[in-house]
Amino acid sequence: MRPVARNRYGGAARMDNVSAQHVQMSSTDAVIRTSALTKVYAGADFRAVDELNLSVDRGEIFGLLGPNGAGKTTTAGMLTTRVIPTSGAAFVAGVDIVAHPTLAKQAVGVVSQTNSLDRQLNVWENLYFHGRLFGMGATSSRRRSDELLEQFQLSKWARASVYALSGGMAQRLMVARSIFHRPAVLFMDEPTAGLDPQSRLALWDILRELHAQGQTILLTTHYMEEADQLCERVAIMDHGRILALDTPEGLKRSVGVDTIVTVKASGDQAALAASLEAALDGVTRTRVTEHGVELHVKGGERLLARCVAVAEEGGYEVEDLSLAEPTLETVFINLTGKELRD
Amino acid sequence: MGGGAALGADQPVQIQGVSRSAFAASRTALGALLLRDLVVLRKNLWEFVLRTVIQPFLLCFVFLFVFPKIGQAVGSTHSTGGPSAFATVLVAGVVGISIMFQGVQSVALQMSQEFGFTREIEDRVQAPCPIWLVAMAKVLSGSVQGILSALIVLPIASVVHAAGVEAHVNLHWWIVVTVVPLSCVAMSALGLVLGTSFEPRNIGLMFGFVVLPITFLGGTYYQWTKLAPVRIGGWPWLQSIVLVNPLIYVNEGMRAAFTNVPHMHLYIIYPVLVGFCAVFLTVGLRNFRRRVLS
Ligand SMILES: Nc1ncnc2c1ncn2[C@@H]1O[C@H](COP(=O)(O)OP(=O)(O)OP(=O)(O)O)[C@@H](O)[C@H]1O
Ligand SMILES: [Mg+2]
Repeated sequence: MRPVARNRYGGAARMDNVSAQHVQMSSTDAVIRTSALTKVYAGADFRAVDELNLSVDRGEIFGLLGPNGAGKTTTAGMLTTRVIPTSGAAFVAGVDIVAHPTLAKQAVGVVSQTNSLDRQLNVWENLYFHGRLFGMGATSSRRRSDELLEQFQLSKWARASVYALSGGMAQRLMVARSIFHRPAVLFMDEPTAGLDPQSRLALWDILRELHAQGQTILLTTHYMEEADQLCERVAIMDHGRILALDTPEGLKRSVGVDTIVTVKASGDQAALAASLEAALDGVTRTRVTEHGVELHVKGGERLLARCVAVAEEGGYEVEDLSLAEPTLETVFINLTGKELRD
Repeated sequence: MGGGAALGADQPVQIQGVSRSAFAASRTALGALLLRDLVVLRKNLWEFVLRTVIQPFLLCFVFLFVFPKIGQAVGSTHSTGGPSAFATVLVAGVVGISIMFQGVQSVALQMSQEFGFTREIEDRVQAPCPIWLVAMAKVLSGSVQGILSALIVLPIASVVHAAGVEAHVNLHWWIVVTVVPLSCVAMSALGLVLGTSFEPRNIGLMFGFVVLPITFLGGTYYQWTKLAPVRIGGWPWLQSIVLVNPLIYVNEGMRAAFTNVPHMHLYIIYPVLVGFCAVFLTVGLRNFRRRVLS
């Protein structure tokens, strides 16, 4: 008897020869599940990833947000079988990635941070041979290569050398290649790092469309805007641990701050921060940044006017004043006391 | 991207997941890896032929054409049978050295580059097969290229010579069809070891300290059996030392396969070549694994 797994689109995935014990279909709809997943690199005396427990649902765009060295790449590396976990367990599409990496690789698509296109092959061939590599026949691989080039607006470049592609186009081709074999989950490590703003927006659109079609995506990023705009749920990571995990809105709500006020004025910044904190209601945190004094405020009315009044009373000359809503950056600062980007 | 229609948003994606056994997936992946290498070879066929031919051509041209013309023919002073005997020795050696260079070119240089700056390897190792099979595919396609180069080089090497100099080629088919593929695998596996050990910026070092000594002390220009007179006291030191050089066995194997000149015993050539294959593959695959997994 062939075990048949149904995904939520009703499409049945046939499982020839795959014994059911390798593929435990979890009762939940989690495509990625980790428990106490830990990595200590050889020779390192710290945990790059520290007892990570994660569950990513089918169809979700999930973001791992964290500063440099947080362990994002290491996490993605373990889930794509490139990094061998020190301890703990992880399942991708129900497959134990440590025990059955070859099976797991069938279910993942990877877009790496660097351009890993095959330089000896042209654009079309990069797709075609990917299909063959993942077991498609010549005809269906050819057809899907054409389709994907069309969909990713690269048809014009089909016979071009990959050297001829711009950074954004190369990235698009890598995304096309990564979803070629219809992976259960697509991993993208810092997909927009090094892209110009226009290409970044274009890539976001592509990811949204893939998401609309039900593609599960896990992306790592250190752009809080990217996590905020794109992801349904975001895990904020630092030092190998998840500090908070929720929807972007939920995370921002959790800091209990309604407004971020930045006051740029001359004079002693620390003293200004102290007097503003004393004079205004609902200030939960003050920070001195390069842009001036930053206040995290809960509630509060007529904030601008009162800030100006307090500053001028103290003899400061106010150069600039701004109000903003909390961002994921605020959440990160709240959790760690430091900024996401340095 | 223009609108949802561009990606066909109304058709749900069929998620494939895990649909094939590890064995079935690995088998097709190996086939695809080899197919890709052959397609690339066909694209660069002329480049392949030229780079394969140039060294053997120059060797034969200098030693078998120029030297006899300027009265400096190798073999003419000794009672070793004259320039034609040397030509016979050299022709087999030239095939052997071509096989060795093919291993370096098609596996070592390629791999060192993919590891180094193109990072293509990152994608290759996501293929649905064990990591070692990705490296093994490179060794196999390197071996195929080695066999092709032997096919190209042998006729060239046997015709480029001055008048009066003649290489006596005698094909021993059973030896040809066994020792040539075996040598190709051994040299491609050597390429795997080199390619996974040297960074692209150290390729110069690799040529200077590994490839050159192997080629000059690999019995290309002389028979191993003729090294005995190089002695300290009673010890034929050179003949002993070069035994660590895998190219010696390849070249002696070529002599056994293509000529009637005296050569090292086949009972030694076969097992030692098999041994080198095993050692190089073990070390090469271990290196490869270390470089791609962490
Ligand atoms: N191959 C490795 N060997 C040893 N240590 C490593 C290796 N790769 C990463 N590390 C260390 O593990 C920690 C986590 O690194 P990781 O690359 O996962 O972070 P990241 O969140 O992806 O950071 P970035 O934003 O810089 O990409 C870092 O301290 C890093 O120095
Ligand atoms: Mg990273």
